[in-house]
Amino acid sequence: MADPEAGARAYDIVVGLEVHCELRTVTKLFCGCRNAFGDEPNTNVCPVCLGLPGSLPVLNRQAVEYAMAVGLALSCEVRPSLFHRKNYFYPDMPKDYQVSQYDEPINVDGHLDLPDGSVVGIERAHMEEDTGKSSHVGGGGGRIHGADHSLVDYNRAGVPLVEIVSRPDIRSSAQAVDYVRELRAILVTTGASDGKMEEGSLRVDANVSVRPAGSDTLGTRCEIKNLNSLRSLGRAIDHEAARQWDLLDTGERIVQETRHWNEDLGRTVAGRSKEEAYDYRYFPEPDLVPLAPDDAWRDRVRAAIPMLPAARRARLCQAAGVDAALAGTVVELDLDTLVLAAISAKADGRRAVNRAVNEVAADIDAARRLDPAAFTKLLLLEDQGKLTATQAKQVLAELLTAGGDPVDIAAARGFEALGDDALAGAVDAAIASNPAEWERFKGGDAKVTGFFVGLVMRASGGKADGKAVTALLRERAAAG
Amino acid sequence: MPDRITTADVAHVAQLARLDLTEAELERLVVDLGAVLDHAAGVAALDTAGVPPTAHPLPLQNVLRPDEVRPSLDRDEVLAMAPQAEDNRFRVPSILGDGP
Repeated sequence: MADPEAGARAYDIVVGLEVHCELRTVTKLFCGCRNAFGDEPNTNVCPVCLGLPGSLPVLNRQAVEYAMAVGLALSCEVRPSLFHRKNYFYPDMPKDYQVSQYDEPINVDGHLDLPDGSVVGIERAHMEEDTGKSSHVGGGGGRIHGADHSLVDYNRAGVPLVEIVSRPDIRSSAQAVDYVRELRAILVTTGASDGKMEEGSLRVDANVSVRPAGSDTLGTRCEIKNLNSLRSLGRAIDHEAARQWDLLDTGERIVQETRHWNEDLGRTVAGRSKEEAYDYRYFPEPDLVPLAPDDAWRDRVRAAIPMLPAARRARLCQAAGVDAALAGTVVELDLDTLVLAAISAKADGRRAVNRAVNEVAADIDAARRLDPAAFTKLLLLEDQGKLTATQAKQVLAELLTAGGDPVDIAAARGFEALGDDALAGAVDAAIASNPAEWERFKGGDAKVTGFFVGLVMRASGGKADGKAVTALLRERAAAG
Repeated sequence: MPDRITTADVAHVAQLARLDLTEAELERLVVDLGAVLDHAAGVAALDTAGVPPTAHPLPLQNVLRPDEVRPSLDRDEVLAMAPQAEDNRFRVPSILGDGP
């Protein structure tokens, strides 16, 4: 393997991604069979998706609307489109063709803005039907090579997909991961996808090439398939780029081919044999008429798209005064509505964000049931110094598990932050009984601060606010 | 008129369509398909500037159905149609290479 550092100086990485997104419709693209993951094999099949003679496909309106929503969310132009047959012999499609959009896709020329400010072009986002699922028997490890025979489940055949094809604008594995993460958030926001990579709802292929640093011509690319997680995506791109650098370093040629990522081996392996070049013989699907959404339909779909993640991040940054990364975490956790509710009731924005990404996010299922009013009330108690940070966290934990009113929970636990007078009394008592330590404190020895805070804490039964104690100590020291 | 299609072309198309043709059939198809292509060439020779491409012979677009479940077929009935079935799935010979 070439030294990655040396390679990084000599070459640039160029990546384009193809993301297949299963649409979250109730039924398949061209028939009324259920679109469901994990059902008993071959229970959601009918003459249309099995390709039986005489059956006729009819396009699912909801699938079209999801596809339009995806296109609009990616700033694509939504155009009149056609369906084609992509012909090939492979048992995952019983018809021996896949219905897809070829030269006239529904969405073209969009872009995706990433949180770091970079922009990735979207070439197209077209509709097509998913294939059946094959499992390979014999040959070891369920792999296709050396398998004795294969078993096919056609429940997935005909499930609606949108394939989102990026331009080769991505320049690192980290940017590729960011792109998929952001795309996934957008797909989930539009309602088009459940975003579950582990169930195959989102499947990513990466076209990877390298070229001499600074060059603007594209190198020969390899298409990497079988990227089932963001982790696999990042690792596969880094590995594949290193493999290509290695070849170029030793004066070898890169062969354009499909390669498969093997997560266990941590490398890509050559896939499809090139002995027989594929010729898909695309032609217009005669059983489907053109799809041409008018302005009114497009506008209705556009109006129904909820606020997208980028806009939510910007809104939170402004309202809470936090940086983009932190705002991104809150939005990704879908906790921004909760935080904004608190901020609009005058809670401190940074504290609201911190409690959300730390304590609330720690129990994300419970967070979905957390009453925003109770969360707000708790933050205000802490803002007003009526609860210490430690106490507030404990009350919040109970709010998450059991709900209730933060004031009642605090009272039941005996959490009433020490009143100002009682606190001052405890501080003065601690100073009076430890004159030697007090002299050191006054002399600027910060190490004894903890000693005094600890004393006051013990004296108050834990009700004192550490920050308030420190402030009082400094005040006393300044007064002599 | 030069041949519009050669024996090799027909053999290639036959192979893509998984048709097992005899030599005699290949030769006959070279003639038949040549006639079809001659007709297409005749159409191609027309001046179609200003004529919009026809996407579909039917004067229809946006034919859609609601996203509602319709009954699927009975699995036993479906698998009974397959040459071979195993474990509630269609059994097919080993697949070499990969799909698209």
